[in-house]
Amino acid sequence: MSGHSTYEPKTGFERWLDTRLPIVRLAWDSVVDFPTPKNLNYWWTFGGILALCLVIQLATGIVLAMHYVPHVDYAFASVEHIMRDVNYGWLLRYMHANGASMFFVAVYIHMFRGLYYGSYKAPREVLWIIGCLIYLVMMATAFMGYVLPWGQMSFHGAVVITNLLGAFPIVGDAITTLLWGGFAVDNPTLNRFFSLHYLLPFVIAGLVALHVWALHVPGNNNPTGVNVQSKADTVPFHPYYTVKDGFAIVLFLMLFGAFVFYNPDALGHADNYIPANPLVTPSHIVPEWYFLPFYAILRAVPDKLGGVLLMFGAIAVMFVLPWLDTSKVRSMRYRPTAKLYFFIFVLVCLVLGYCGGQLPDNHVIPGLSTFTLIDADLNSFVWLSRITTLYYFAYFLVILPVLGLTETPLPQPESISEPVLSHPASTPAGATASPEKRG
Amino acid sequence: MSGGAEGGALPDVGCARWVEAGQTGRRPQAKGSFQVADTATGATADPHASGDDPNRRDFIHIAAIAAAAGAVGSLAWPFIDQMNPSADTLAMASIEFDLTKVAEGQQVVLKWRGKPLFVRNRTAAEIAAAVKDDGAALRDPAKDEDRHKPGKAQWLVLIGTCTHLGCVPTFGGGDYGGWFCPCHGSHYDTSGRIRKGPAPKNLAVPDYDFLSDTKVKIG
Repeated sequence: MSGHSTYEPKTGFERWLDTRLPIVRLAWDSVVDFPTPKNLNYWWTFGGILALCLVIQLATGIVLAMHYVPHVDYAFASVEHIMRDVNYGWLLRYMHANGASMFFVAVYIHMFRGLYYGSYKAPREVLWIIGCLIYLVMMATAFMGYVLPWGQMSFHGAVVITNLLGAFPIVGDAITTLLWGGFAVDNPTLNRFFSLHYLLPFVIAGLVALHVWALHVPGNNNPTGVNVQSKADTVPFHPYYTVKDGFAIVLFLMLFGAFVFYNPDALGHADNYIPANPLVTPSHIVPEWYFLPFYAILRAVPDKLGGVLLMFGAIAVMFVLPWLDTSKVRSMRYRPTAKLYFFIFVLVCLVLGYCGGQLPDNHVIPGLSTFTLIDADLNSFVWLSRITTLYYFAYFLVILPVLGLTETPLPQPESISEPVLSHPASTPAGATASPEKRG
Repeated sequence: MSGGAEGGALPDVGCARWVEAGQTGRRPQAKGSFQVADTATGATADPHASGDDPNRRDFIHIAAIAAAAGAVGSLAWPFIDQMNPSADTLAMASIEFDLTKVAEGQQVVLKWRGKPLFVRNRTAAEIAAAVKDDGAALRDPAKDEDRHKPGKAQWLVLIGTCTHLGCVPTFGGGDYGGWFCPCHGSHYDTSGRIRKGPAPKNLAVPDYDFLSDTKVKIG
């Protein structure tokens, strides 16, 4: 795939540099001349969007750190100082806070894209696993960042999440004490979260470099899931996909701007504008929206350790997905049964997210009490979470392994070009596209 | 990095002795090619050539790696242990409290070691309800008399963090009149015992002592 380099140094300086550090050649081969399948749709633009999200978070975060004070007595006030006194501080902070949400919007779409088109299958397993690692570090970074303003949700969110680790037998308490640096979430906790929140984005940047490297070895998957067979199946990355990604980025930034300028607190929680008070817990404590599905899984289990294990398991199962899906067909375009289960899976993830934001004992259908089963009314968000959690795991552990062996996929095209060229509308008068391939 | 040059020298019988000395103790593939050269010269087996015995060079490798790993490993502990509570955090550990501030049927919430601490002045009815449930099916069995100081049944001193995930339970709520945790719905009775919901344990009783009838020292 990554064959012969077509880079030709044009100036004397470029020739001199190329024999010492071929960095221009690397850039040329990776983003200018990189052969890319010619049929990528807009679901493939989220990789570029995510790279931009990381750059925005790094840039805004570094300047916010110039004004923020990581101390329990000053953290909340310093955030308000950024909002009110620092020149354009409001803009930088709203970009950073909403940027985190936009980052997760993009990463979830990117992941569902990978699931639908089978981008995790051979030979892209390592690419997928590095992606899962990036997602994991992103979640840790976002969680620690949310603690920094030291509002009520910051504080009690940190209490709940660090207490999760206390569920593990024997070592649990030692781990939470080590994380806290004291007997409770306090100043040492805030300090180390700030340090790690600054560090982890650079870890993400390193993982992104590996992710792109792992992408450039086998090359992009594509909507048909069929391997690239010849140069006829590809176009150079530039200008075809720089323009396509660029257009998608413009649309994405419009959504981003709509939040930053017109509804900057829509995705946050009002309680986080109350300074942290360790003696009072907010009556309804919820994490940020992007953690809600996992929060619903946690609460679905009536046992503390069981809930924690299932929540971590929901992420762990993604790492082994390449070996769970038994189907040889990559794209679900040619797997009608799998496609149905996939769309149910997307719906289930959204329902889990909704359940995570509700009080567990509230009724799903208002005013209807049924009967109590395992600690909760059947018509409650606990039970809706339980059913959807079951489907979440069944999709990975039962449906994908079994379906690959039992379903009958539709015939796949022989190449990326074939379905386009054989379409009647694209056949010029007098020409027959790939006549040797059509029966 | 010299493997290629030495490999090229192997077929040359005249060089075999030199190669043998230079190659002793190299990786298996190096030894393999060495043995071919040795056979070609017809020399007797080198005592260090056996593939199983760690010879001097292997020993140096193992010793160097072990020393480096030991040094890094022992230095790792300070980097981990620095995250544990520091000496000043451990030092500010006890507080005193005047009980006359708590009216009967009420509780006062103190901050102790960064956590809330409940000091509850129980009514006779609340004590009776707690004692009555001593024999009930409890998740974390404990008698009410073991959760207060002898003869001080009216005073309940508890760490005010839910044993589920650390939220602060609200006073007087829930199905058992003790506390109710708003986060995930754990119900505690008037002895602070877990009765319903996801929490695994009773509200913890800290170490405390009565300094006088109206004063307690916690921690």
